[in-house]
Order: sequence, then structure tokens, then C-alpha cells
Amino acid sequence: MRVSLTINGEEHQADCWEGESLLFALREKLGFPGSKNACEQGECGSCSVLLDGTLVCACLVLAAQADGHEVTTVEGLAAADGGLHPVQQAFVDAGAVQCGFCTPGLVVATADLLRRSPSPSDDEIREALSGNLCRCTGYAKIFDAVRLAAAGA
Amino acid sequence: MEVLTPHTLVEALRMKSQHPGARPIQGGTDVMVALNFDHERPDALLNLNEVAELRGWSRDNGTLRLGSGLTYAEIENGELRDVLPALAEASRTVGSPQIRNRGTIGGNLATASPAGDALPPLLVEGAEVECASVRGARRIALEDFVTGVKRNALEPDELITAVLLTPSNAPQTFMKIGPRNAMVIAVVSLAVSGGEELRASFGSASPRPVLVTAPRDEADSFPERVAAAASPIDDVRGSERYRRHALRVLTHRALERVLA
Repeated sequence: MRVSLTINGEEHQADCWEGESLLFALREKLGFPGSKNACEQGECGSCSVLLDGTLVCACLVLAAQADGHEVTTVEGLAAADGGLHPVQQAFVDAGAVQCGFCTPGLVVATADLLRRSPSPSDDEIREALSGNLCRCTGYAKIFDAVRLAAAGA
Repeated sequence: MEVLTPHTLVEALRMKSQHPGARPIQGGTDVMVALNFDHERPDALLNLNEVAELRGWSRDNGTLRLGSGLTYAEIENGELRDVLPALAEASRTVGSPQIRNRGTIGGNLATASPAGDALPPLLVEGAEVECASVRGARRIALEDFVTGVKRNALEPDELITAVLLTPSNAPQTFMKIGPRNAMVIAVVSLAVSGGEELRASFGSASPRPVLVTAPRDEADSFPERVAAAASPIDDVRGSERYRRHALRVLTHRALERVLA
């Protein structure tokens, strides 16, 4: 089936299998591999994207459900000239990246948090990132990055 | 496989009548897992995301109508926090922000898992499930709607359209045991209210939702009564013995909160 959607402000179309996830469509059909595919059951958050401005796991959205809707992926956060989004820059500056697999999801979730709550408490950060798993960093550097991004905003 | 995407409730009910095998999908937090892992290959998916009538909630005189498409995020962040505090507390414990932004109470009811977090607080509040088809609508008491582990009373041509209840405004709370605060399937959960009578219901401790009630002056024996009403099993998340003990302790703590 043909799915038409807006990704990072641009119209796109893809021919999808009816049972296909938005994540699979983004990565394999539409050329947006930034959202990572790990658990495919909403546990890890590495596929986090914004669907009509709401943070969701792309693996739990049927591609057909995104038809006619707007999706923002991690690729859509950086400036048009390639300059990093403040959250991305903060992750670099704080050393919040080790293997990097969880990073796109954490960056999208952090951007979503700071848009809603520009100066979050530690508890708010913990809650907002509770759906994103990182197996390398132990989260301390990620917390540093979120605080850094909040301070710089 | 085909995807049916109705834009009105009338259209949705007509499609469900024409395709009774179609699997309804709203937030996708259960259905997509089944698809991603090849556990299910239904002939058709009925995408309910575009049906506005199923969204949000409304109040008619004293009765609340919670649309089956109402998300946990909407419950925990809006006015319902004050109207249905135990349901709001339960919603806060569901999955993660990403899951709560998509998961719905209609989906929780349809899945009918013994661990469904919305079920105990809704049962304590005397909720009914509104089911509709082209033949008309009917209301089913929540304890009758869930007929067994992951089984419900829906006819093949029916959809869950809403949850109806009259808020008790009684002091109430929800508790849940799991290895961490997020992404947890309850080892056991518990909703308790302390209005004119004591009311309790638990999750992950019986195949179907159970309501336990007692007069307020029998609070001392209530924890034992709740634990005795449970029929937990041993599984990967906990033992029968631990679950029953935990229910006793949680009920005691919940009563301290709601009778304070």
C-alpha cells in the first residue's frame, strides 16, 4: 500500500507492506536510518520519533497510521546547514555517547523534554528518559548532557 | 493483509461488521509487538486512529465517558488526575512516556491481560465498558467484560467505544510492584478506595478482575480479605506466595493513605 507522510517538513511516499512499522518504513524504504531498530517492542526507545509532535516509538506505529501525518526523526533536528541541534552538541560536549546506538532516541526524547520543560529537575529528566535504554554509559554522562543542553537553551 | 482506516465511528462499525476478523489497532503498543514478532498475521487491521469519536473524554451530568482511544498520557496530565486519582496514578506507572503517549484504556481492556494497569482502578470505580456494533450499543460491567486471561466479552463485530463511570470522589490510590519504576509489567498491583465502603481490586493476581469490598469499620481485616480473594500463580515475575504477601502489605499501606 502507498503511504504518504511528511518527514522533517518534506512530503514523502513509500510502498509499504500493510503490517509494516513506521520504523521499518523510515529505515528501509524512506532513507532515514537515524532511528535505530533494536527491541521492536517499545522497550528500548532507540526508535523514538515525534509523530505530530508527540514522542512515540516508531516500532509501535503502523506505517499506515502515519499516512497523512507529520513525523520528525533525529535527522530533522539538525539545522539545514548541518549544524548540530543544541541537544546533539550537548551530547558531544558531555561525552554522553559510547557505542552510540541509543543516542538518536535519547536525543529525540531529550529535545522533546526540553521543549516542554526548559529547565527540568533531575526527577523530570529521569522520568522523561525512562523509556530509553543505554547499555554503555550508566546514564551519568547522559544526565550531564541533558543538564548542559538545558543550561545552554 | 489489508489496512482499513475508517474516519467516523459509523464507518468503523460497518467495517468491523464486514470484516469481523479485522484486528483493531489504536495505540499499537500490544498489536505492533504481535506483528513485529510474527505472532499474529490477521487478514486485516482496523486502524482506529482517525476516528475522532473514540478520543478524549466528556462529562454528562455526573457520568464520565472515557473514549476507548483515551491515552495514559491524557489521563495522567489533565483534569482527570483530580477526578480519577487512582487511574491517573496507574497511568503514570505504564511503560514509558513513549508508551503512555500511544497506549489507550480501550487497548488495555481489549488485551484483557491480568496485569492491565487500568483495570483495578476502573473496577474500584464501578466502570462499565461500552461496546458497539452496527446492531447497536451495550454496556457490560468491567468484571463481566473480562472473561479470562486475555479474553473478553466482545462479539466479533463489536468495538470498545468507551468506558463509563460515575466518579466516587472517594479517597483512592494505586500501587504497583516491579523491579523498576518504568517499563514494568506488574508483579502485583492494587487499587483501593475508602469511601462509604472499602473497595479494592488487584492486578497480576487473578485471571479476571476481582472486586473486594468491606464496611469501613472492618479495615483491620481488609488486607487479609484482599489477599484471600487473590488467586495468583508462580511465574517469571513472582511467586504465588510473594504475590499474596505483597497484596496484604500493599493493602495495609493503601488503607493508611485513603483512611488518613
